[in-house]
Amino acid sequence: MDLNSLTARKIRGLIERGEASAVEICRAFQDRIREQDPEVQAFLHYDNDFALEQAERIDRMKHAGEPLPELAGLPMAIKDNLLIRGLRCTCGSRILENFVAPYNATVIDRLASAGAVFLGKANLDEYAMGSSTENSAFQPTRNPHSRDHVPGGSSGGSAAAVGAHMAVAALGTDTGGSIRQPASFCGVVGMKPTYSRVSRYGLVAFGSSLDQIGPLAHGVEDIAGILKVISGKDPLDATSLAVDVPDYAGGLGQPIEGLRIGIPREYRQSGVSETVRTRIEAGLKLFQDLGCDLIEVDLPHTDYAIATYYVIAMAEASSNLARYDGVRYGLRIPGQGDLSDMYRESRDAGFGAEVKRRIMLGTFVLSSGYYDAYYLKAQQVRTLIKRDFEAAFQKVDLLVSPTSPTPPFRLGEKTNDPLSMYLSDIFTITANLVGIPGISLPCGRTPEGMPVGIQLLGKHFGEPVVLKAAHAFEQAGGFAP
Amino acid sequence: MKIDGARVDYIANLAQLAVTEEERRELIGQMNSILDYVEQLNRLDTSGIEPTTQVVHTTEQNYSWRADQPRSGFSQEQSLGNGPATGSGHFKVPKVISEK
Amino acid sequence: MTHMTYEAVIGLEVHAQLLTRTKIFCPCSTRFGAPPNTNTCPVCLGLPGALPVLNREVVVMAVKAALAFNCRVNPLSIFARKNYFYPDLPKGYQISQFDKPLAEFGHLDLEEDGRPHRVAIKRVHLEEDAGKSIHDGFADSDRYSYIDLNRSGTPLIEIVSEPEIYSPAQAHDYLTRLKVILEYLQVCDGNMEEGSLRCDANVSIRPAGSPTLGTKTELKNLNSFRFLQKALEYEIGRQTRLLQQGGTVTQETRLWSTTEQRTFPMRSKEEAHDYRYFPEPDLPPLVVDTDWQGEIRAGMPELPEEKKQRFVAEYAIPAYDAGVLTTTRALADFFEETATRSGNPKAASNWIMGDLLRDLKEFNLDIESSPISPVQLAELIGCIDSKEVSGKMAKDIFEAMFREKKPARQVIREKGLKQITDPDAIKTVIEDVLVANPKIHEQYKGGKKATLGFFVGQVMKATRGQANPRLVNELLRARLDG
Repeated sequence: MDLNSLTARKIRGLIERGEASAVEICRAFQDRIREQDPEVQAFLHYDNDFALEQAERIDRMKHAGEPLPELAGLPMAIKDNLLIRGLRCTCGSRILENFVAPYNATVIDRLASAGAVFLGKANLDEYAMGSSTENSAFQPTRNPHSRDHVPGGSSGGSAAAVGAHMAVAALGTDTGGSIRQPASFCGVVGMKPTYSRVSRYGLVAFGSSLDQIGPLAHGVEDIAGILKVISGKDPLDATSLAVDVPDYAGGLGQPIEGLRIGIPREYRQSGVSETVRTRIEAGLKLFQDLGCDLIEVDLPHTDYAIATYYVIAMAEASSNLARYDGVRYGLRIPGQGDLSDMYRESRDAGFGAEVKRRIMLGTFVLSSGYYDAYYLKAQQVRTLIKRDFEAAFQKVDLLVSPTSPTPPFRLGEKTNDPLSMYLSDIFTITANLVGIPGISLPCGRTPEGMPVGIQLLGKHFGEPVVLKAAHAFEQAGGFAP
Repeated sequence: MKIDGARVDYIANLAQLAVTEEERRELIGQMNSILDYVEQLNRLDTSGIEPTTQVVHTTEQNYSWRADQPRSGFSQEQSLGNGPATGSGHFKVPKVISEK
Repeated sequence: MTHMTYEAVIGLEVHAQLLTRTKIFCPCSTRFGAPPNTNTCPVCLGLPGALPVLNREVVVMAVKAALAFNCRVNPLSIFARKNYFYPDLPKGYQISQFDKPLAEFGHLDLEEDGRPHRVAIKRVHLEEDAGKSIHDGFADSDRYSYIDLNRSGTPLIEIVSEPEIYSPAQAHDYLTRLKVILEYLQVCDGNMEEGSLRCDANVSIRPAGSPTLGTKTELKNLNSFRFLQKALEYEIGRQTRLLQQGGTVTQETRLWSTTEQRTFPMRSKEEAHDYRYFPEPDLPPLVVDTDWQGEIRAGMPELPEEKKQRFVAEYAIPAYDAGVLTTTRALADFFEETATRSGNPKAASNWIMGDLLRDLKEFNLDIESSPISPVQLAELIGCIDSKEVSGKMAKDIFEAMFREKKPARQVIREKGLKQITDPDAIKTVIEDVLVANPKIHEQYKGGKKATLGFFVGQVMKATRGQANPRLVNELLRARLDG
């Protein structure tokens, strides 16, 4: 079995035809993890028996002659900020090191019903705050293409697990690019759906108005298949919308001739490295060859997006992380015996520097006397950014840009400069501010062999167009698995 | 400079974070540099612009309601399962001195 | 030192627990008295990843209350997070409403010495309750507080008045009327002891007639009508003495101590009240369009004031009586059923206002647990109206009904209390009395007509009061004069 070429469809086919059992496939990936992960460090923890039980269930269905569900036997890595009942959910944080999830995230329930097998929980920047997975309290994850480089973040564990073929697909979460940027760094496909498309119930919140769960995989077809399973209204998430879920995979393979592709003028000025620029220009040429019209568009408030994003994300995070107080779960340091000591010492010992910094800034921008100048201001600028996109989507069907302005950077390169780390999110964060879907897919490599990703952004609920274009691109460019 | 030592202490107090002298110095620098960067938002005139706090909009018709039907949730054991200190069916915390 | 006269200015913030079956943001039961931490789920425990979903019935009940308080219901209101740390607040924030509350600009009409007084209601908003911290009663209570999260997420409405209440008595009246309205609507049981109705007060004083407000203190822990009034009286007195002695009032939160009968400052925490409110991203703005509002309004029951006026018009009872009878929905229902069944509203009102309320008070019962039902009281009134029993007998029958929990006819039968209205039976007794008192009979015959009263008394005595007095009079006259 060549693990490297497996896709959800192939796996289901193997099991259906009796060429491999789900358990065999699961074991093969568990072996691969044992072999590779000590170096890559993509997984924080895994429970082999738990995964095998899920695989056995699929095999029993097969033996009973029951129809196999759509993702039958698909070995997946799950970012460790998504709850799986009975497994720990650490969020990459000391404060939740021993927290055992007492319930399933909605996406987990849906994937389990679709037959997916959860191999283990993938590493992340603590509470998904970071762009390199170096902020994990437990271990840095390494880029599967070069051990000296970061896998991106915050879903670095998910992207590296898929990139190193330790899992066929993964779930990540994306608050400002946390699926797309690591997908780009690890040479895989990653998609952030429209805000409200996928239920956030059971996703440990970072920035509630920005967070979305999405898939990472080797090809657009798997992305489409997984997205269909996890999408749709959830009665447990009031912000999820009752919008029909199309058959995303069914729409792939259509010609994209005549599609209007927008190239934001402002993005050309945003410090894109030469190697990335070269690959993206080649990518644009490919779209042109596929019959798409390339149109320059303006997103005039682009320069303000990072500041806007960080104010909002930090404000929401400061409130979302207040529940980690050592009372009902998580780390507790009793301190000198006073309640306030207990709070402070638990949170001090439990949270890493980046998390604390963001809680501090988020608390500040909401505090009395500063709310209007920072938080309200940022939400107003968010409106302006939203209008930019609405205007652009009057003229085009998709927007294209690099996913990240640079190829993967080295471990330790940006850890001491939080602002420069934030600035590398320039192309991804606007999709979260505006709530639109975005995908990152491979677009060649640098001369050093590091992956470069191209990003496509669509309108609200424009996933079918995004996926169709991405699929055509990967097929034509030879990037398909 | 927006953030001085006293402001750091005030914010840390609101956020229930312990801050050492060294962290305090570091935070003053980092918070100010990030806030300086954020200052650029003030170049934009946003008077009269509605804030966007959520990107999804609902009407009464598609609002996510829950019907008033009780469903059993957790047992006491499940509720307290992750509790760092529990007793007699309760979570326990260091004595709260002041009444709320 | 001149002694200036001061007037008090009071604003009340009332929290009312809504009577929904489930919590505001999760399907856990709101049932009181379950074992600790059993009415819980990921949402109300504040577990990582859990999200709130609004209970529709909460909105229905809250809109009813808002409309009853004459508020304008906002077509769009926003939930907001109020951030602070407390062990019984699981998420580290309370979901409440801030900038755009459910409803605003209402009022409640009071009456003092027959003069109307309108108190403006600033806002009515929705929020979730916290859990419960238990500070004593456990072996290690000296070192630990215990947390029960069963109450966490119970739906509350907060009703905030403008500072337009000027005396403890007015505050008492305001809270009473507010409670009655909530009970009428069946949106809150109004039980202050169990905490389903809670009241905080802002109090300041100012020189009588001054248009500016003085520095206020906030009083908490006023969990009964009596405490509210006592705490306000104490606090107004305290502030007045302070100012008269040349001191100043400090803006602070004070607690009422029942044991010490005084208010004292709550240990002020270093952190100011910087709650960092911001719009709750997990809940879409709440839309209550005019159609829905109309639907809710149409489903609202009659409110106390309307009922009072209808009772006056429909049952021709005095306004005062109608006022008393509508103080609770249960009492009004009791009256209305008794009045309808007996066909004698005036009698129904008199019995309830007099004997029934007096006896209930004596036995410390409320109308819901009255030993006499409206059906039974109507039966008794029927017996009087049909002359089966006299008014005087009825009083005794009523007492027996109340104490022995028996219906009227059973009491009448058992005690042989039925009125004697058979003329022949009375005539027989009259003959016996005349035979037994020949001398007085002679006096009557001799023209001493005043002896009639003596004979009436004797007949009544012989019948143990059961003879119909009017008939006795009539028959005696006929016998003696005939």
